[in-house]
Formats: sequence, C-alpha cells, structure tokens
Amino acid sequence: MSAPSASSQHSAFDPDSSDAVPASWTHRHLLDLERLSADEIRLLLDTAARFKEATGGCRRKLSVLGGRTIVNLFFENSTRTKTSFALAARRLGADVVDFSASGSSLSKGESFIDTAKNLEAMGIDAVVVRHSTPGTPHLLAQHLDVGVINAGDGPHEHPTQGLLDIFSIRERLGDLAGVTVGLVGDIAHSRTARSNIHGLLKLGARVIVCGPPTLVSPRWREFGVEVSHDLDAIVPVCDVLNLLRIQFERQNTRPFPSVREYAHLYAMTAERMERARPDLLILAPGPINRGVEVSAEVADCPQSLILDQVANGLAVRMAVLWLVCGPRGVETQSGDAGEGRRG
Amino acid sequence: MATLLIRGGRVVDPSQDIDRIADLRVVDGRIAGIGPGDASWVRADETIDAAGMVVTPGLVDMHVHLREPGREEDETILTGTRAALAGGFTSVACIPNTEPPLDTQAAVEFIHQKAARADTCNVYVVACVSRNREGKELAEIGQLVEAGAVAFSDDGAPVSDAELMRRALEYCTMFEKPILAHEEVLELSRGGVMNEGLVSLALGLGGMPAAAEEVMIGRDTALAESTGGRLHVMHVSTAGGVALVRQAKARGVRVTAEACPHHFTLTDEALRTFDSNCKMSPPLRTAADVEAIIAGLADGTIDCIATDHAPHAREKKMLELDRAPFGILGLETAVGLSVTRLIAPGHIGWPRLVEAMSTLPARILGLDRGTLRPGSPADVTIIDPDRSWKVDVASFRSKSVNSPFHGWTLRGRAVTTIVGGRVKYRLGGG
Repeated sequence: MSAPSASSQHSAFDPDSSDAVPASWTHRHLLDLERLSADEIRLLLDTAARFKEATGGCRRKLSVLGGRTIVNLFFENSTRTKTSFALAARRLGADVVDFSASGSSLSKGESFIDTAKNLEAMGIDAVVVRHSTPGTPHLLAQHLDVGVINAGDGPHEHPTQGLLDIFSIRERLGDLAGVTVGLVGDIAHSRTARSNIHGLLKLGARVIVCGPPTLVSPRWREFGVEVSHDLDAIVPVCDVLNLLRIQFERQNTRPFPSVREYAHLYAMTAERMERARPDLLILAPGPINRGVEVSAEVADCPQSLILDQVANGLAVRMAVLWLVCGPRGVETQSGDAGEGRRG
Repeated sequence: MATLLIRGGRVVDPSQDIDRIADLRVVDGRIAGIGPGDASWVRADETIDAAGMVVTPGLVDMHVHLREPGREEDETILTGTRAALAGGFTSVACIPNTEPPLDTQAAVEFIHQKAARADTCNVYVVACVSRNREGKELAEIGQLVEAGAVAFSDDGAPVSDAELMRRALEYCTMFEKPILAHEEVLELSRGGVMNEGLVSLALGLGGMPAAAEEVMIGRDTALAESTGGRLHVMHVSTAGGVALVRQAKARGVRVTAEACPHHFTLTDEALRTFDSNCKMSPPLRTAADVEAIIAGLADGTIDCIATDHAPHAREKKMLELDRAPFGILGLETAVGLSVTRLIAPGHIGWPRLVEAMSTLPARILGLDRGTLRPGSPADVTIIDPDRSWKVDVASFRSKSVNSPFHGWTLRGRAVTTIVGGRVKYRLGGG
C-alpha cells in the first residue's frame, strides 16, 4: 500500500506548466472508490478544484491532453454522464469518440471484451465505460492495456458521481470530517450510494443510509454506516441529504407497495425541510423524479446543489481523465516536479 | 487369466472396514483378494508398486454434467469421462439436463452406447423427473428404470411444483430409486448471480439468499418424510441446509446429501475479482457456511462429495457476470481439493474421505461398485496422498477450462485409475 504524504494534495496540478501526473497517483484506471485511499481521493478532488479554477469554471479550454483519444464506451443508456465526459475530454484538448452498444457488432453477438479490444487496436488512450453489470470495467481493465474509467457499472459504483457529490459538499463545507450525510432512497440498487459511502467514510464523514428495509439492508452497519428507516428521524441531524432515485429498471420485484406510499414516507418535501437545519444542503444525482424522492420546492430551493453537481461533474471528470491518461513523469529526471511513476 | 498385483499400498476400503498396508490382487477384471497372499501372487502379469500410495475402491462422482447430447462445445461423453479418469474417478453419474433432456429410453440408450464406445470409465444415467424437464408431469420413470437409469433429477432447475415432487418421491418408492434434488426456490433467487450477503451488498451484484436453498430443503425433507421416498439433496451449500439435513436424518427421513469441493474451499469473497468462473448455483457462500459443510462431512450428515462438474466453453464464460452461465469444472481438482481442504488440516481421515467419494455414492445409486470385496468389479484408484501439484487448466482432459483453481497448488492426486482391472489412466503417461 502506498501512503502518499499529506502534502501531495498541494502539488496536484499547475496548468501553466507541462506538469506530469503526480507520483502519488499510482493507478492506471479509475474503477471504484472502494480501493482508493483517502489521500488519493483528496488528490482527485484537489486536481478537480485546480482544473475548475484554471478553466474559469470549466468554460475555458486547455491542451493538457492534446493528441489523446478517449472513447466513451456506453453499453447502457446515458445522456448526462456521457456528455459530461465528452465535454471534460474536449476541455482538456483530447479527441472523443462515442461508441454505443446499439447498432454495433454487440448486437451481432460480439462479446464486450472483443469490442473493447477492437477499439484499443485503433490506438486509443482510455475508455470510459458504462455497463449494467457490476465488474464489467474491472474485467475490461484485466484485458486492455489502456486506461479504463468506470462511468457506472450496474448497482456497483459510479466513482465520478461519488467524487462530484463529495466535491460539491466540500466546496460549501470544507473538510468532510465530522459532516453528517444522509443518503436517502434506493440504496440497494444505487451505484451512486456505494461510491458516496466509500468516499465519504474514507474522508471521515458520518454516513446515514435511509429508506425502507427492502432497499436499505441493516447489514450496511457492518461497513460503518448508520442505518435508518425513518426519514423524519434523520432530517434534523443531517448537514447534507443526498436524495437517490428509485431504480425501477433494476428491481426484480416491487420493494414497496406504491410510489404514492414511498413518496409519503421518503420524499424530501418543504414540510420536512422545516424540521431540518437551516443550512441543510440538498443533493440529487440526476435524473430527478420530482414528486417521488424530492418535491419541486426542495429541488429548486437555495440550499439545493443539484445544478452545482452538474457543473462540478466536468471538473471532476477532467481530473480523472488527466490522472488516468495525462503525461507521466520520467523516473530518471531528478529535481523535477514530475517524479517517476510506478506501474 | 489376466492378473494384476498392486503391491504395498495403504488399502482403504470402508465397505469392509479395511485400512492397512496390503497387496491387492485382481484377476480377470475382478477383485481376487487383499493379501499378503501366497506364492502364486508373485506371478502376476502386471505389478504396480503402490508403496506410499493410498489404494481405494474406484472413486464415484454422482453429479457430473457431460453435456452430450446437445452441448458438445462444452464437453462430450469422451472428454468428460477422460477428465473423470484423470481425476481418479472410475464411475460417474451424468445429469440429464442435456438437449434434448434424458427423459426417454432412447436417450438413456444413447448415453450407454456412447460411453461404451468411449471405453473410459463407467457411466450411469440419472434421468429426468419430469417429461422434457419441464416440471409439469412425471417422466416415464418405470421405463427409464428398465433402460438402466439409476436415479432421477431435474437438476439445473428445482422441481418447483410441490405436488409433482411429492408424486415423484412416492412413485419412486416402488423402484427404490432416489430423487436427486436441486434445492432452490426460484422466486427468491431470481436475478441473482452470487450469494446474498455482505459481498453482494458491496459489489451491487444480485443475491441468491441462503433461504432460497433452505426453504426448498425444508419442503423436500417434509415430502420425503410423508411419502417414505428417498431424497438426495444435491450440492448443499449453506449452514442452514446442513442443519435441516441433520434434523431430517435424526427423524428417520430417508435423506442423503452431497457437498461439492468448491463449497468447502471458496467463499463469496472470491467474487470480488468478478471472475465468472466463481459463478455457480448454488453460489459460493460465507466462511461460516464452509465451516458447517466441513463439519457436516466430518460427522456424516453430508454423506458424500460430488463435483457438480459443469463445463462451459471459454467464450460463454468470457461474458459479463450476469450473462455468463452458472457452473464450474470439478472432476480434475476434486481429489486435490478434498485432500488439501479436509485431510491435510485434520478434519477427516482417509477412511471417511473414501467413504464420501466411493462407498456411499455407489450405495446411494445402488451400484455394485465402491468396494474392494472379492468378486467385485476391479475399479481401483491409486492416490499419492502427499504429491504437491499445480493446477493448470491447459493440461485438463476436459474440453472446458472454467476453473477458478487454475494456478493453485494442491496436495494429493490420483496417479493410477483402474476400471474393470484395466489401467485406464496413469499420471504422466499411458
């Protein structure tokens, strides 16, 4: 295990020089947050902050990934994540190719590994992969030499979503240590929940998951997470509420009697806001279902970070793309900013 | 008169309560005696030096998917039985979830003929419980018994209809044949690819709860109790399942059970690699379940070890976890895993292992095998109990390579496999 020093968070990125990826970043891929250290997560967040600043809020273009080609390999529908990755890559000067499963040889029976190997043979630098099955990016990483970035693997993880949620909270509250974050809704089927849980716990936050027992297993306690089935009980103690969508498409059987009953028990409404701390922050990874997990008033209230999240998604994805396929330091160079990179 | 002498090995035959250094003499394909014998024993046509080896009645695997007919890209009767010989098995019982399923006399006859042509190990046929394995009406069980079927199973799937299961158990009492049951409530495991537990929670993979297996074992032991039928619980994988079998046996229910080597070796932690070779049904469970299975094997609650050898062609397993089929190879690693996981740590001794891998599976299926009694067919396995070897799927006789044990170092390996007095397999040659 590498344990980069705390100072690494201040040497993340200087867009005006031709900085190399810091030596403390040792990964070829970004597959999940579970296997990252707290320092590595901080490095990602700090790098994102610098990119956000250097691009005037993600609007200006840089050229740090000029000449690189990124492939968006999406086996599952997505609009915002795919667009966000594509924009982030272009902001860094990379070329982006979209590859969607429909209309490709996948529908002719080709395996996803063969598809990815074919793309790799075309001389690309990284694949951003989304798939409905957990572990698919991990399997691709075993078979490919290029970097693999997980853009969501079924209900497993969605590391850039977890990072952008944490980034948005950190932008408002600073250090995450001691902050209480409630994750409300379909924890069972939510990759966003899993990435948030791992990231938040590593950074010292207190995490409460909340929803009906059919969607929120009491066994989450064994990961160091608090478990509640009563939203009204946790609203007053939370600094942040992250309202997760019900993943109807991933459920085998209805985990609650009706949407009406679910909304009655777990929708974040203006009425419930009255019992919250006045500075409670509201997050929701899109797309949101107004009236199911969050009422319109709450989604649009001043403490809602929903649109911040979308903007910060660009910064986080720039950071991830740069760390995965940015220029690597050369080991023999000494006294240089870029140190040798392992692996 | 062809004679074979196996000299100086540790002969372990639980059917006669034998465990001692001895010579074993085979004449014309049958066991002639366990000695030291008289001077005539010196003049054998062939002599095998078995010093330092364990000599056992030929191993019997009562749960093997040979895939033929219908899925010859995964395995054939020839390749599957060659794998069996390399694993030390002299007899296998093949499971009828082929295409078409083995539910007619013609299908049983096909297997017998193919096996005779392969001329490898003995192949016994387990035929379908239900017509076309559809779980709706009984297959022609009496006709199938006449054709030589030794047991009945819809394995691959449970007999979900409780009334059909009750009738099957009841009907089979007149033939004294067991029903081999794949115990799973499909509604509870739907969409699952691994054990439901902490690991599935972390990985976001669909879970198959232990209760899916235990509810069905509970149902079927109750039905066996009420009908007097013979129930054999296949691949027990949970602690609760072991307990249910133990309770049923204590009540006098005619129930037997098997466990698979992977279920006493691996846990659901193995799925963290997302390796589809770790996907099988029932799934790998937790450390507590592994412990309970080993205890069940040690105290005899679980009668035997069966592999559930389930080959799948490489391209079928190189898929996303939820699209890859369930199943794992078993024949060529069973002895190594059993010695490494059960004997080396001292959980059981050789007599119990031989009982679990030969005596009892033969008895459950009603075979004249699994014994070295004089006059029996000379099926003999010679095992090097201390040989350390590395699993290499490239060297497997099986047509498929779906084993998560590739690269593992195991202890204990069959070195010679003798069927009907003929040496059919010799490690490193012949």
